[in-house]
Amino acid sequence: MSWSISNYLISSSNELSRCKLPYGSEGQRGKCQALNRPTNISAYNSLKTPSFKFDQVQKRKDHVLKKPRNISAYYSLKPPNYKFDALEPYMSQRTLEVHWGQHHRGYVERLNEYLAKDDILYGHTLDELIRVTYNNGNPLPEFNVAAQAWNHDFFWESMQPGGGNLPILGLLQQIEKDFGSFSNFREEFIETALTLFGSGWVWLVLKRNERRLAIATTTNAVTPLVWDDIPLLSLDMWEHAYYLDYKNDRARYANVFMDHLVSWNVALGRMARAQSFVNLGEPKIPVA
Amino acid sequence: MASASYLTSAFVYAPESCRLSQTLQTQRRCTRKSGPARILASIDLKPPPYALNALEPHMSKETLEYHWGKHHRGYVNNLNKQIEGTELDEMSLESIISASYNKGDILPAFNNAAQVWNHEFFWESMKPGGGGKPSGELLELINRDFGSFEGLIHEFKLAATNQFGSGWAWLIYKEHKLDVPNARNPRPSEEDKKLVVVKSPNAINPLVWEYHPLLTLDVWEHAYYLDYENRRTDYISTFLNKLVSWETVSSRLEAAKVLVAEREREMEEIDAIDDMDTIEPDDADMYFGGDADDFPEDEEEE
Repeated sequence: MSWSISNYLISSSNELSRCKLPYGSEGQRGKCQALNRPTNISAYNSLKTPSFKFDQVQKRKDHVLKKPRNISAYYSLKPPNYKFDALEPYMSQRTLEVHWGQHHRGYVERLNEYLAKDDILYGHTLDELIRVTYNNGNPLPEFNVAAQAWNHDFFWESMQPGGGNLPILGLLQQIEKDFGSFSNFREEFIETALTLFGSGWVWLVLKRNERRLAIATTTNAVTPLVWDDIPLLSLDMWEHAYYLDYKNDRARYANVFMDHLVSWNVALGRMARAQSFVNLGEPKIPVA
Repeated sequence: MASASYLTSAFVYAPESCRLSQTLQTQRRCTRKSGPARILASIDLKPPPYALNALEPHMSKETLEYHWGKHHRGYVNNLNKQIEGTELDEMSLESIISASYNKGDILPAFNNAAQVWNHEFFWESMKPGGGGKPSGELLELINRDFGSFEGLIHEFKLAATNQFGSGWAWLIYKEHKLDVPNARNPRPSEEDKKLVVVKSPNAINPLVWEYHPLLTLDVWEHAYYLDYENRRTDYISTFLNKLVSWETVSSRLEAAKVLVAEREREMEEIDAIDDMDTIEPDDADMYFGGDADDFPEDEEEE
């Protein structure tokens, strides 16, 4: 399992593959270097471009910055696809700085620490790791940090500057089919967010078996991945996500998310990809 | 939110029949029959025993304003809306909590009721110029159960830091007791009653586990986010060094001991009555004597 080819194919942007970074994950603005230069992967040996010069340049840079040369991180911290002030005034720069830079970073670092201590869980993609550590409802200690790392990645991608408005094309059709109308869905989503007690997440999921969209809530770090549904959107209802901007006014936060932050394009892309796994409609077989 | 008027507003409409007592285990309810009837159900929003800016710089006035003025007040209002007209309406807060806890299968009123109780307990656990060390019997018990005061601090910090998500960290007084009515400790001693540090998620509090809480720390993010952002460990240290009121903890410990002693006396009385139901000598034949053939057909007198 751990050496299957799927570990090296980056099939989606929100999937953090295992990447071994020879020079440290923080060296290049937190981006996963293996996405650019896989190094010691036998499957790619014949395709490897000569990189001696690049390595030398990198070594010199690291020496200047006094970086040790043998750091490897198991999972990396991926920044959002937009700048920290891009979501103003709906989500302030300070919130992004603390939420991503301290909370999300903390989760990733603690996950790497767990794996550094005992790498029996080594080799999974982050999705797989979540399912394995969830352990069918009896979670291992790594579950919380792994799931929160994934959840936050998913959350940053679920938002965009200039988001909100309405979904388009197939997603809108599916929402209208499963919820009656978009405004019904929106109302239900916000109400679910407000009735969630404690820390948790609200999700728009595609239910694999029932082949329909649904709204789900989870507490703390749980994600719909563990019961094999396909999440399309998430809203972080942990207090750290909104407290600096909205204090206790969760209703306004949820409304602002729906009106100005949510990225329907990303949700549409996720649903399109999910349709490879879930058949949402009868195939259009022309009648002769 | 004028900090001077909070004391007056709590007492303005209280008729003589209403006892707004300061002790913690008594009822919070106040029948406002002679006052203006705004909300019918009547759990009160009790203000902290200090001004909202009294805990500066360790806990800012803004935090108190939001935490007490919005969160705690919201729980009280929502609870009153929920219990109005139901059977929970006439009960004390602790009774509402245990009734709605429903042995784990919680009813809708539980979250609000427990949060109201927890927050009252939390405000009273702090004081301006708090911190320092406990003394007297509390310190003896701490030394006995945690090794030293530093041991307690270490464990409390661990519990508060490791509570994932929202929740509370507690210091409780635990008596040796099983959760069945006929449980008896065959050889009870003072050693069985321990101080323990526990943590609980969301709104759960140790009352539902039948412990006696002595101290609590709110580790919901709303409690520290404005002052410390995500630095929960700093918040915990500041609480233990500068805010905690060990006098309150000591007085709660004494109240808990009194309660436990009373309950033990009750149990002893019940045991004494039970012991009188021994087998009378007249019935000895029924149980010990005679062969199976000699068993009489008509029933013996009991």
